[in-house]
Amino acid sequence: MDALDLARWQFGVTTVYHFLFVPLTIGLGIFVAGLQTAWHRTGKEHYLKLTKFFGKLFLINFAMGVVTGIVQEFQFGMNWSEYSTFVGDVFGAPLAMEALLAFFMESTFLGLWIFGWDRLPKKAHLACIWAAAIGSNISAYFILAANAWMKHPVGYEVVDGKARMTDLWAVLTNSTALAQVPHVIGGAFVVAGGFVLAVCGYWLLRTRGTRAAAMWRGAARAALLMTALAGAVVAGTGDMSAKLMYEQQPMKLAAAEGLERDTAGAAFSVAPGIEIPKVLSFLATNDPDAVVAGTEDLQRRFEEQFGPGDYRPNGPVVFWSFRVMIAFGMATVGLSVLGLWLTRRRRAFPAWLSKALLLALPLPLAAVIAGWLLSEIGRQPWTVAGELLTAASVSPGVTLAEVATSLAIFTLVYGVFTVAEAVLLARHVRKGVEEPAPEPAAERREPQLMY
Amino acid sequence: MIELWFAIIAFLWTGYFVLEGFDFGVGMLAPVVSRNAAEQRASLQTIGPVWDGNEVWLITAVGAMFAAFPAWYAGVFSTFYLPVTLILVGLILRGLGLEWRSKVANPAWCDLAVVAGSALPAFLWGTVFAHLLFGGLLAALLGGAFTLAVCVLHGAVFLALKTTGQVRRRARTAALAAAGVTLPVAVFALSGLGTGPALAAMAALAAATALIWRRREGWAFGATAGAIVLTTLAVFMELRLRPLPGLTLAEAASGPYTLTMLSWIGLIALPFVLVYQGWTYWVFRKRVLVPAG
Repeated sequence: MDALDLARWQFGVTTVYHFLFVPLTIGLGIFVAGLQTAWHRTGKEHYLKLTKFFGKLFLINFAMGVVTGIVQEFQFGMNWSEYSTFVGDVFGAPLAMEALLAFFMESTFLGLWIFGWDRLPKKAHLACIWAAAIGSNISAYFILAANAWMKHPVGYEVVDGKARMTDLWAVLTNSTALAQVPHVIGGAFVVAGGFVLAVCGYWLLRTRGTRAAAMWRGAARAALLMTALAGAVVAGTGDMSAKLMYEQQPMKLAAAEGLERDTAGAAFSVAPGIEIPKVLSFLATNDPDAVVAGTEDLQRRFEEQFGPGDYRPNGPVVFWSFRVMIAFGMATVGLSVLGLWLTRRRRAFPAWLSKALLLALPLPLAAVIAGWLLSEIGRQPWTVAGELLTAASVSPGVTLAEVATSLAIFTLVYGVFTVAEAVLLARHVRKGVEEPAPEPAAERREPQLMY
Repeated sequence: MIELWFAIIAFLWTGYFVLEGFDFGVGMLAPVVSRNAAEQRASLQTIGPVWDGNEVWLITAVGAMFAAFPAWYAGVFSTFYLPVTLILVGLILRGLGLEWRSKVANPAWCDLAVVAGSALPAFLWGTVFAHLLFGGLLAALLGGAFTLAVCVLHGAVFLALKTTGQVRRRARTAALAAAGVTLPVAVFALSGLGTGPALAAMAALAAATALIWRRREGWAFGATAGAIVLTTLAVFMELRLRPLPGLTLAEAASGPYTLTMLSWIGLIALPFVLVYQGWTYWVFRKRVLVPAG
């Protein structure tokens, strides 16, 4: 065990935690903005109730996304100073743009939204939640462009041992990023849709046969639609990513399939021992007879190209995370399509369906986490594919004791607050929507209905 | 181009310290100037709509350091590994405390988290920058004491400016007490720099004290903000020559292409940011009414 191992663990732990909250922020923000728009356009009070209800859940979660995100930005410099020095010229630009173009917008307009309910004209207030929600989505684009560059570096040259950007546009329109951005954002909407579905499922069960059931039915239908549409985007862009992976990251693809030798007409392995002939070759290239590279043959070629070393990522983790991602993600989307069909044209939610909707919370969360494990562990041993090894990226001056300390602190703090967030969310879900009480004039001066 | 980007980064840090300076101060002082739950809530509400946007100044400053001076960014944050870890823990505690306090059954824990989460970065940023300039534990502690004291003072003046009634009165008393501590600390901390802006910062702090005494809250806030601007200016004038031991700005800088691209983006985006953040302050310009206890 050395500082490098712990630094890797810390990055993994903090990033996985961060991404428990981020997809909910990305998708739920837009959902809340949609609810408020519905209220604005129809004037129906139940939309306002839902806006405030889901808005509160959104804010509880948003806070965790922000505070765990700050750590990410510092961590590159703290733990990966060699990496930062090597890539900063290229990688830093999208990060700076994210802060300048997305984070300011997101946080400033969210502050205005939270406190502006009766300070701002209704339209301006509505615009604030849209600006905040769009800001979250823009930030996803920039950080994913940075991330995609690590896997498929473009628009740069290496001068004096450092990457130098030569084409910002190439970095921002990296083919890897263009496939990954809709895939991840789509996944975020599936997570957020699943979250809303689970909440609605709970309330549909509790309000069966009452008038309030109609409100939850409406919210659930909207979330079913959102999840199904996002699911279609995720599936389509997943296919695109697989084809790019064949070209750009063959080792990851081979590891994800457990394919050891270069194989023509390669089979898709559903699980070890269960294979569908030629499907892998077809998925990767649209040609059922194409040759897909295997890990051992790639290892031999990489050693010739880059010198001695082990260029294979952790096989079992990459193999299984790929399957968990697909199975759990598809299950959620399948559930949403089924739900849409069963509740078409004013049909009520059957009780078993409402119960099944509770699964829509954990399933897509597990799927997106598995997706990141596939994506990032599958890229090892490189931080920047073909340019910089993870082992050469770590901060040389940071000691094992220092990393152990920060890893212990972050794991503990994140763990405690993740449990706290889950408890808080559960409590506010159980409380349900608030009936708007006629407020006395003196109360109305306090602008903090949501705070 | 290198000089320009150093100036932009100095500007972003200055914005961060001026804006978050009072956020940290308010966070630490809220329990001091409040005697009941309504007052505590009103105190924190003065920063409620703005603190998160203010924090983005830090995110942007650090992001700009990463993009424009990668080796500087990497050097500073790996050198000050443990203090920065604790700053991050502070920011986590404060952020969650502020956002969650209205959503928990008992906000006492959140208020405690806000105090700790405001004090940690207010103190530790001072130690980091002082150590960067002068080296040595004593200088670091003095720097930390100075930023902590200035944040308390700045926050107290902001509270006095943004509240009414008893909280406003207590905030003024707190500001006078904080000024009493800040002035002597400032003499030691700023004389180490010894440059024009550092001396002017000292004068601004003295002026702030007099203005609080004369109940000119708006002007006093301008004076404490000015002191922070001048101090940050003095610090970055030193860092320009030696951003990190053994490193020059030119060595740390990104290439001309990256800096040019960043300049265009900054030129287009920054005015918008300043306008809509300014608008937020305009929307919430009125004092927070503290319910009479």
